[in-house]
Amino acid sequence: MKVSMTVNGSERSGDVEPRVLLVDFLRTNLRLTGTHIGCDTSSCGACTVLIDGEPVKSCTQLAVQADGRAITTVEGLATAAGLSPMQIGFHEEHGLQCGFCTPGMMLVGTALLEHNPNPTEEEIRWAISGNICRCTGYMNIVKAIKHAAALRESSEVVPRETAAAATGGE
Amino acid sequence: MYPTAFDYRAPASLDETLSVLKERGDEAKVMAGGQSLIPLLKLRFARPELVVDIGRLPHLNAIGRDDGHLVIGALARHVDIENSPEVAASALMLAEAAHWIADPLVRNRGTLVGSVCHADPAGDWGSVILAMHADLVARSASGERVIHAADFFKGPFETALKPDEVVTGVRIPVGKGRGGGAYLKLERKVGDFATVAVAVHLHLDGNKVEAAGIGLTAVGPNNIKATEAEHFLRGKEPTDEVIAEAARIASDAAEPKDDIRGSAAYKKDVVRVFVQRGLKAAVARAKEGRS
Repeated sequence: MKVSMTVNGSERSGDVEPRVLLVDFLRTNLRLTGTHIGCDTSSCGACTVLIDGEPVKSCTQLAVQADGRAITTVEGLATAAGLSPMQIGFHEEHGLQCGFCTPGMMLVGTALLEHNPNPTEEEIRWAISGNICRCTGYMNIVKAIKHAAALRESSEVVPRETAAAATGGE
Repeated sequence: MYPTAFDYRAPASLDETLSVLKERGDEAKVMAGGQSLIPLLKLRFARPELVVDIGRLPHLNAIGRDDGHLVIGALARHVDIENSPEVAASALMLAEAAHWIADPLVRNRGTLVGSVCHADPAGDWGSVILAMHADLVARSASGERVIHAADFFKGPFETALKPDEVVTGVRIPVGKGRGGGAYLKLERKVGDFATVAVAVHLHLDGNKVEAAGIGLTAVGPNNIKATEAEHFLRGKEPTDEVIAEAARIASDAAEPKDDIRGSAAYKKDVVRVFVQRGLKAAVARAKEGRS
């Protein structure tokens, strides 16, 4: 079957069997390997992508279900201008160790801040409750999302090290 | 993991859906959000020849009021129910139950009606619709019929639905008198199935219980309606003693098995404690007019 969808702002299409999962369409057909396969049983959230802005487990969606939708993967977070606030947040607050859960965590965080720009710690913890980090770095993941919220609030996003360099270092 | 190969249809209208099911209902599975069906397909527990994706049908995602009923369309997702002002105002228990289902990502895709039709004995919505005496509206090419929730569940993953039928929505009686409900769930972690959960709902007439509904999750071959406890409560003032006895009777209706989540005896006792707590919360909510 022919499927077409907007992936990170570009029109992408392919010819797939109905049984092909969205995560495999993204990774194999489109070579977007930032979306990870973790448990493959809808438990861990490593395969999280945004469909029309909402976080969804792409291992539990068929590619044909995403026909005509707008998909955001981790590759779509950065812009030509640089990393997104969420990515800077994870970088600066050490929101990752092995990095396997990170794409899913950042996408969930991004979707959360879209409708709740200043979440409490409790709200962040609920938002990421479907995403498992086996390094158990949850403390820093929560801090990273909180930091990203603060970065979004400030008018321009400047990574700390760039800001420090501009003022002559720390 | 890949499902076995299947044909796929995504009808553009309900009429088209019904004619596809008339032709090939025996070999088909209907899919709404796919959050139960896709895992089954991947594990190859389900091997349908045809998947009928109703996810794009128009007008089926509505949550609204109609003639004393809260009507939940077949495509209303858990997240829609969780956040619906209509639900919060008329049937708080549904919002409470929605919040406990799976995790936020699954709730962005899964639907109440899909979950009910999947009929997992550990499914949360089955107990909610049993406790609230809901009706399911089933459509086929030959017409529409209403199935009472109490007649819907036939066993593990088995329902009264015929192969050519699709459930278009659930009708929940609300807004009559002073009603209140609660959903209580014990789970090991977010996203796990219930160890035990209970749904309770009641209406008060003055100081007495006019009608009660109790549904039990994950303690039998399907969601169980604790009918004897419901009858026991009717016409009685819900004192602590009456509630404790109703909870004991409800726990007798549970038929749990030993498994990794707990022993049968433990689960039976959780049913008793949760029904007791749930009834107290439901009475308080009914008195406060909080549905």
